[in-house]
Amino acid sequence: MIERALKGGVHPDECKLTAPSPIENFPCPERLYVPLQQHLGRKARPMVKKGDVVAKGQKIGEADGFISANIHSPVAGKVKSIDKVMLPNGVFDDAVVIDVDQESNSVAEPTWPLKPVDDLTPDDIRTIAREAGIVGLGGATFPTAVKLSPPENVKIDTLIINGAECEPYLTADHRLMLEHTDEVIRGAELVRRAVGAEKVFVGIEKNKPDAIKKFDSILKRKDGWEVVALKSVYPQGAEKNLIKVITGREVPVGGLPFSVNVAIQNVGTVYSLYRAASEGIPLIERVVTVSGDGVKKPGNFRIPFGVMAREVLEHCEARFGEIEKVIFGGPMMGMSIKGYDVPVIKSTSGILCFVKAVRREPYGCLNCGRCVEVCTLHIAPTRIVKLVRAAKWDEVKKAGIMNCMECGCCAYVCPSKIPLVQWIRYGKFMLRKMEAQR
Amino acid sequence: MTEKLYVSSSPHVLSSEDVPEIMRHVIYALIPTIGGAVYFFGLRALAVIVLCGAVAVITEAVILAVRKKKVSTIVDTSALLAGILFALTLPPSVSFGTAAIGAFIAVAVGKQVFGGFGQNIFNPALVGRAFLQAAFPVEMTTWVPPRVLQKVDAVSFATPLGGFKFSHLMTSHTSLFLGSVGGSLGETSALLIIIGGIYLLWRRYIDWRIPVSACASLVLLSAIFYLINPQKYPDPVFMLFAGGFMLGVWFMATDPVTSPVHPKAVWIYGAGIGFLVVIIRLFGGMPEGIMYSILFMNALSPMLERFTRPRMLGEER
Repeated sequence: MIERALKGGVHPDECKLTAPSPIENFPCPERLYVPLQQHLGRKARPMVKKGDVVAKGQKIGEADGFISANIHSPVAGKVKSIDKVMLPNGVFDDAVVIDVDQESNSVAEPTWPLKPVDDLTPDDIRTIAREAGIVGLGGATFPTAVKLSPPENVKIDTLIINGAECEPYLTADHRLMLEHTDEVIRGAELVRRAVGAEKVFVGIEKNKPDAIKKFDSILKRKDGWEVVALKSVYPQGAEKNLIKVITGREVPVGGLPFSVNVAIQNVGTVYSLYRAASEGIPLIERVVTVSGDGVKKPGNFRIPFGVMAREVLEHCEARFGEIEKVIFGGPMMGMSIKGYDVPVIKSTSGILCFVKAVRREPYGCLNCGRCVEVCTLHIAPTRIVKLVRAAKWDEVKKAGIMNCMECGCCAYVCPSKIPLVQWIRYGKFMLRKMEAQR
Repeated sequence: MTEKLYVSSSPHVLSSEDVPEIMRHVIYALIPTIGGAVYFFGLRALAVIVLCGAVAVITEAVILAVRKKKVSTIVDTSALLAGILFALTLPPSVSFGTAAIGAFIAVAVGKQVFGGFGQNIFNPALVGRAFLQAAFPVEMTTWVPPRVLQKVDAVSFATPLGGFKFSHLMTSHTSLFLGSVGGSLGETSALLIIIGGIYLLWRRYIDWRIPVSACASLVLLSAIFYLINPQKYPDPVFMLFAGGFMLGVWFMATDPVTSPVHPKAVWIYGAGIGFLVVIIRLFGGMPEGIMYSILFMNALSPMLERFTRPRMLGEER
């Protein structure tokens, strides 16, 4: 075991209230709303129509191109319609509405060959990732098959398994690492084989000592594998940060982890990959942390995609009348949703309910430099935001705005309570718009 | 069932520290210095400080109202802080009228003209002081001895820097450090200022690079001159503790609004202040140069910032 710490960043109250709660299977409701856009990239094309009977695990949406992902039915049932639902980002998009058949046990045959896991070749593993609709479950939902396909001239020497879970409140990865240690390690082994890495690091923050201990007890006997105990700092789990912390390498601006011979995968992702490879179950559910002072019964739940937040929160006895804010994801990077009728999708690491929404009353910029101090990508947020506000777009671009990952550290520390991330998003939007017009 | 949920951009949690809190604590850090002013120059000092604080706050409130801005932002106490800091730069014998005019100028011209909080280029307190220096030069350079030295001749009394410049008189390091010397209300005791400064460092309200680089460059440069000609030039410790350097470096140069944030720019900014102070004190027409040094580096600060953008993670070296 080795120890590392991220420089910069912030440390908000961890509030990992649900860390001791074992993962529970969420009781499947009568109807699911399974969106066709649950990932980064192009929306999947629907493969079913109204009235079709679907089996559990049946492919109902086909990946549209390389950067896209298949969508599967989490249940056996009947397609009621294809309708618009609100996604966590507030956009209405197509979803397959499925009436669940609680009686039926029909399970679809996987669309990939089931072999003993030890016999799977790198190509098999990529096929499984693609067919099973696996995407990065750390939050970005980038299609995993793409991340398992490094360019031919690139030699990957290091694989990092990301178990940092640095967002406050979230404990889904933590529970997964505790309860499914073996599956996570076996999934990591599949990724290691697919990309051809020699060295594997599993990065876990020290606020999860039990997970560190468990992984270390297994991995210390495994050649080339190592647990990295990380000092708890946000945003250590961000790809570029974790690569820098563990390997000392800096992913070039605008580059991918491949550029520094590294592959990196979240623990939830490798767990799902292993289940697809060993049991033939595609990505149809995930572990979601439900927490915050707005729910009476917080916990970690394995929830099928397409379950509405309302149903999840009813199950957790939410104080519906009192809740001011609901967040999909963590409090630092998650999205606050407009209403309760938003389905759980592949990116939903948590549903957090708060009785009191934090409201900003911004002062003028004090120029204190705290945002510059905490920014782990060193992009000087205050200066960028001043340039955005002055609409000096050429300078905004030169200052590196596109490199920002919107982790929120700057806006978190700002004593003037300036919504820096919101300004940066606006700046990026304007630059993209201008580029599109050119 | 329709519910109203509050929707906003992430992050959804914020640190508890805010601007009023920072301003309040800077005022707390000035308490030893204010106490020193009262001890050395009597209750009249307190009256000047209270007057300047009140004028600053009232000026800010009136201008905010005229500009149709939220007057409630007055609670950020930045105007009060500017008023107090300004008062601490005044000679103890200053008339109440002069002090009030200066406090008004500090907030009106030094701050609100630029658009208010966070927008000003120059330190407001020093803008007020610079105005008085130009408008009332005699009043601003007439000094009284501190109460502990009442025996000395009050008419020809000079500050340690003035004494050195015009009559080649040395003041003991101990007096300079403790504050039993002539000078502006808040500048005489290096000890009391440093206590406040350390509090600010501990609370992380000021950038440690500013006092470190300013003191280092002042000591280095004055040491060079001292070694060249110890008869003509004062020693570095005298330079460090005499005059307004300590007050300026700890409480005015560190004003975040008017100082840079990029680490490299901060080093240059601080070193520039130390450098200019030595040049003005040794070769200028006036005995002290801290005010102009800080104002000059304030002016350079945006440009320094522009050319010292930190290297992004993964950016070519």
